[in-house]
Amino acid sequence: MHHESKPTPIEPAKAVDDPLKEAENGYTLGPMQAGPACCDPQPMIQVENFSLHYGVKAALANVTLDIYRGCITALIGPSGCGKTSFLSSINRLTDLIPGCKVSGRICIDGSDIHDPARDVQTLRRQIGMVFQKPTPFPLSIYRNIELPLHEHGVKCRADTAAVIEQVLRDVGLWDEVHDRLHSSALSLSGGQQQRLCIARALALNPRILLMDEPCSALDPIASGIVEDLISRLRGRYTIVIVTHNLAQARRIANYAAFFWVRGQAGRLVEFGHCRQIFESPAHELTAAYVNGARG
Amino acid sequence: MTEMGSTKSVRSHRDCFAQLAIYCAALLVCAAFAWILSDIARGGMAHLSLDFIIDSPREAGRAGGIGPILISSALVLAIALIAALPLGWTTAAVLAEYVSADSAFGGAIRYSLQVLAAVPSIVFGLFGNAFFSIYLGMGFSILSGGLTLACMLLPILVSTAESGLRAIPDAYRLSAAALGMSRTSTLFRLLLPIAAPSLAAGLLLGIGRAIAETAALLFTSGYVDRTPGSLLDSGRTLAVHIFDLSMNVPGGDAAAYASALVLITALLLINMIAMRLAAGWRRRKIMSQNSNGYSDTDAPRV
Repeated sequence: MHHESKPTPIEPAKAVDDPLKEAENGYTLGPMQAGPACCDPQPMIQVENFSLHYGVKAALANVTLDIYRGCITALIGPSGCGKTSFLSSINRLTDLIPGCKVSGRICIDGSDIHDPARDVQTLRRQIGMVFQKPTPFPLSIYRNIELPLHEHGVKCRADTAAVIEQVLRDVGLWDEVHDRLHSSALSLSGGQQQRLCIARALALNPRILLMDEPCSALDPIASGIVEDLISRLRGRYTIVIVTHNLAQARRIANYAAFFWVRGQAGRLVEFGHCRQIFESPAHELTAAYVNGARG
Repeated sequence: MTEMGSTKSVRSHRDCFAQLAIYCAALLVCAAFAWILSDIARGGMAHLSLDFIIDSPREAGRAGGIGPILISSALVLAIALIAALPLGWTTAAVLAEYVSADSAFGGAIRYSLQVLAAVPSIVFGLFGNAFFSIYLGMGFSILSGGLTLACMLLPILVSTAESGLRAIPDAYRLSAAALGMSRTSTLFRLLLPIAAPSLAAGLLLGIGRAIAETAALLFTSGYVDRTPGSLLDSGRTLAVHIFDLSMNVPGGDAAAYASALVLITALLLINMIAMRLAAGWRRRKIMSQNSNGYSDTDAPRV
């Protein structure tokens, strides 16, 4: 088990003197910081015996798994099996749901996220989240990214502008919107809105990205663009993605976790390399699901 | 055959009658409004002039103008808003953002506000007189009138602001939380700006209610028609002036009509602005719902 003594310090993304600025495709994703390639898996998020209840109803029971640094981990399974609940437990967004109780441990780089001393705002800053429906705020495109940056202390105008340009380039939106940054984000198309939301999350320079079916609300072309973008983020961020699109999971994920409802609660049935889950699943439920026989 | 024909004709007669009744009712409402408006305009136009708006009243208001009365009205309104806005909007924010919709605390606040909204204004006047004028020693003053009005405005301000905040989709709150924004800054930097049009609409409705108020001010801000020297002076508002001219001053009808015309014009203007803001707010709401409904109705641009 790999434990880093100190988590990577989080600083606002810097675009100005970034050596990789002119790198491949003109994207400026910044230096690789999330970790080694997936052939050398290091657990970043360690989940031990994690359970989650909404009131008396159990949504997740005894989930244990490691999520590897810099890799894309897909959570697959039928609706209602607790994938989204699991995802929003990682940044403690479940705290906002009245009556939601958790037990077990989720550790990020060895420290428990439920530690009472842990500041939940800092935690969420380090963990970006993208929702199923694009949720740009009804503000200007610029203000959408500026608002969270201000919240986390990036106040200098030049810094903000640099970060905003960088993240918009990273998601391939800069060329499309650079001449109307101050018009409403709601005037963007669905796919653009979703990329704006990804840019907004990247602006805080997170280490982990949680994505809850980020493509399912988009048309096929926009979905393809966002999917390519997610693939490009591999290695730089640890990505956990919920998807119902098995073909997509197969295309982009390094690891896959298969959830299924058993005994009224969502459980992790199988976890492994994406290829193994799809081609030689160990569990018969997994086989039935990935072959389309169940679920 | 004949039987069927007769039921049919009875039915169609009944239908006709119902339609007629409905149209009559609607027409009656319009007619009442038009009648009041034309009566006031006819009676007031002749007396209305720039001098009337600037001058002080003379001979108990029969002659002269309404200058000091407009000043008193504005002061009473300002006091009412300064007192009621922070209190009302804070309460709305608590109700919409910090208290769950079905909690006992929220229910108690909402119930109190409903009762407050239903209290007749004369009762507010008596309360204001007993509490602000006598118990707190403010006497008949602009201050006690304004504070009494503030109590009346609270239900309007709270309910409009609360519904404005509740209309904001939860997705924004979740996104803000996921970006590590605190609840306070989410409220001030995101939710209140989004709800701004409904706050403005509530504000204008409140202003409309306040400048039309008479009964609550009779016993609190009083009758004195001089320009108030301080907030502790008594001052006569426009609505009180009209009441006084028409009830207590023989020969004051022309001035009463002209004052009423000024009041009605102000009210109409405020109502128009409020309507426009409310419509804009609704449009915005629909827009944001569309964007959350991920439809590209306004021209896809990928």
